Amino acid sequence: MSSIELKNIVKRYGDGFPAVNDVSLDVADGEFMILVGPSGCGKSTLLRMVVGLEDITDGDLLIDGRRVNEKAPRDRNLAMVFQNYALYPHLTVFENIAFPLRLNKGKHPEAEVREKVNRAAGMLELQEHLQRKPANLSGGQRQRVAMGRAIVRDADAFLFDEPLSNLDAKLRGQMRTEIARMQRRLGITTIYVTHDQTEAMTLGDRVAVLKKGVLQQCASPRELYEQPVNLFVAGFIGSPPMNFLPAKVEGSTLKLPFVDVPVTGDLAEKVAGKDLVIVGLRPEHLKDASLGGLPAGAVRFTATVDQTEWLGNEQYAYIPFEADSAVSAKLAELDRETDGERMRTQMVVNLDARSRVLEGDEAQLAFDPAQMHVFDPSTNECLTRDDEKAAAIAADSEQQRQAALRRAREREAVAS
Amino acid sequence: MSSRVKTWLGIAAIPIMVWTLIPILWIVATSLKPIPALADSTQNVFGNFWPKHPTWDNYSLIFTGGARDLFVPALWHSIIVSLVATLISVILATFCAYAISRLNFPGKGVILTTALAVSFFPVIAMVTPLFNLWRQIGLFDTIPGLIIPYLALTLPLSIWTLTAFFQQIPWEMEQAAQVDGATSWQAFRKVIAPLAAPGVFTTAIIAFFTAWNDFVFSLNLTSENARTVPAALTFFTGASQFTQPTGAICAAAVVVTIPVIILVLLFQRRIVSGLTSGAVKG
Repeated sequence: MSSIELKNIVKRYGDGFPAVNDVSLDVADGEFMILVGPSGCGKSTLLRMVVGLEDITDGDLLIDGRRVNEKAPRDRNLAMVFQNYALYPHLTVFENIAFPLRLNKGKHPEAEVREKVNRAAGMLELQEHLQRKPANLSGGQRQRVAMGRAIVRDADAFLFDEPLSNLDAKLRGQMRTEIARMQRRLGITTIYVTHDQTEAMTLGDRVAVLKKGVLQQCASPRELYEQPVNLFVAGFIGSPPMNFLPAKVEGSTLKLPFVDVPVTGDLAEKVAGKDLVIVGLRPEHLKDASLGGLPAGAVRFTATVDQTEWLGNEQYAYIPFEADSAVSAKLAELDRETDGERMRTQMVVNLDARSRVLEGDEAQLAFDPAQMHVFDPSTNECLTRDDEKAAAIAADSEQQRQAALRRAREREAVAS
Repeated sequence: MSSRVKTWLGIAAIPIMVWTLIPILWIVATSLKPIPALADSTQNVFGNFWPKHPTWDNYSLIFTGGARDLFVPALWHSIIVSLVATLISVILATFCAYAISRLNFPGKGVILTTALAVSFFPVIAMVTPLFNLWRQIGLFDTIPGLIIPYLALTLPLSIWTLTAFFQQIPWEMEQAAQVDGATSWQAFRKVIAPLAAPGVFTTAIIAFFTAWNDFVFSLNLTSENARTVPAALTFFTGASQFTQPTGAICAAAVVVTIPVIILVLLFQRRIVSGLTSGAVKG
C-alpha cells in the first residue's frame, strides 16, 4: 500500500515535443485514479513513466514519499497489466502467475508459491485453467491471467494500461466490475489508463483528464460531470457528449439557435461585455415538454427532429442547427480533439423512451437554464463553474471513498 | 486451402521430389556396387542403377581398409569444426541480433549492411589471401584456421535470421518481465530466449550445414591436421592409377549425409512457427 505523487512531470522526446507537459497528480493510498483522454494525449506515456519503462525528462516521481525517477522498473515494486496482456506463451497459466515469485530465487519456497498462485487463481476463477497455455485461452481468460500475475506479487500499486480495450463489449462490462471489486477488496492504490469515458466514470475515485500532454482537470467523476473546468472536459466526459450551442449575448439575454434565455445575477455579470459565448447542455437535461413534469423556470422551444434512435430505456433525437462561423470552427476543433468525426452541427436530446416524437416532427422541448454550462470561446473556460459546489462534491466523494475502503477492509477481515 | 488445391500441389511436388532424390539414391546405389559393377551394366538392374549383388566393401574400405587413414580423421575434423563454428556463431549472433532488434544505438544499419556485404564476396576470392595470411601467422592446417573463415560465412546469415526472429517477439513480453521484477539478463534468459528458441535452432542448422558442406576453404587452408570430409574425398585413390575410387567416394558421401538427416529430423519439431501465439491478443 502506498501513495504515488507526480510533481511537474515532463516527457520530451528527441524532437523536443513534450508528450507529457508539467503534470502534477497526487494518488492517495488505496485510491483508484483514472488517466483518461483522447488518443495521443500522453496518458499511456505518463503511466509508463510511473512504472519506469520510459525515462522522465523532468519533474519528480515519488512513491511513498521517496523519489524513484532513476530506479529500474523491477525496483519500484509496481504491478502492471498491459493492453495486450503480454503473457509468456511458453509458460502455463500457473507459471505465468508464478513468474514474479520465481524471479526472487529462494525468497519464496515452493509451497508458498503454490499457495499464492492458487489464491490469486481462486480470486479470478482460473483454477481449472492453471495447466493450460495462454494460446488456448479466451480473451477474457488471458486478461484474468494478466491480472493474476499482478495480484500475486503484493505490489505497492497496480497500473493498468487500457486493459479492456481488446475485449468485446459484453466482456468489457463484466471485467470492469470485476476490476472495481478487486481493487476495493485489496484496497490497493491503482492507476488506470483508458480512452473510454464510461470506464473512467464508473471505475475511478478520481479521474484525471489529459489533452495533448496537459492535465485539464483532476476530480471525482461527479465533479467532472457537473462542474467541468473547460470546454474540453465538458465535451469529453458524458455519453452522448454535451451539446455545444453558440449563443449571442444581448444585454441579459443569451440568444441560442432555438430559443432566447434570460440570464440573471452572477452569470449575467460574467457574460457582460462578451459578444458570443458557447452554451453547453447535456442531452438528458433537454426534456420533451409535452410529457409535462417540467421544473419551474424551464425554457420551452420547438425544433424539428431530424433523426431519432430508440433504445428501449431511452431515446435520442438529433436536431441539426446552423452554427455561427466564429463558433463552428471552435466546435469542429473540439470535436477533433475528442476523437470525433462529426459532419454537421447538431444537438442530441436524450428523450424519455415514452416520448412519441418521430423523425421530421416539430418537437416541444424544454430545459432548465440553471443546468446550462456557459463557456468563454476565447479561453475555453467554464463561466458557470461553482467552486464552492465543486469543493463540496470533492469532499463528499472523498468521504464515500474512505467509507467504501473501510467497508471493504472490514469485509476482508471478517472473511479471513 | 481447398482440398483440390492441396491435391494439385501434392501432384506438383512429386517431380520436384524425384528431381532432388534421384541423385542421392544414385550415390547410395553406387556406394553399394562392387568395383567391377561400376563399369559393367550387366551386373546391375534397372539399367545401370541398382547392383545385383550389393556389398558393404566400399564402407569397410573407408572405415577399416586403405582409405581409413584419410577418412576417419577427416570425419572427426568435420564434426569438431562444424560444431564449434555453429556454437560460436549462434551465441555471437544471438547477442548481436538481440542488441540490434532491441537497443537503439548508432551504427545499427551499418552492422547489418556490413554483415550482408561480407557474404557478398565469392568464397574463392577470399581463399588465396587467407592462405597466405594463415601460412604466415601459423593458422594454416589448424582447426581454428578453419573455424574462423566459417564464422565469416555463418555469422552474417545467423545475424540476419535471428534479428528478424527477435523483432517478431513483442516488446511487451520483455517489459512485462522487467515490471515483474526481472533483471535484463533474467528477462532475456527466461522470456526472450525460450521464445526465440525455434529461430535459434533454425539458425544453428543453417550454420552447421554451411560449415559441414564447405569444400573450398577446407581444400585450400588445410593439408592433413584439419582436413574435413568434403576435401578429403578428393584425395581418395583407386586400387591402381587406372581405377577411379568412385565407390569409396560415394560411401563417404553417404556417411557424411547421415548427420545432416539426423539433425533435420531432430530439430524440425523444434522449428515450429507460431510459438508466440497466445502471448498477446490475436
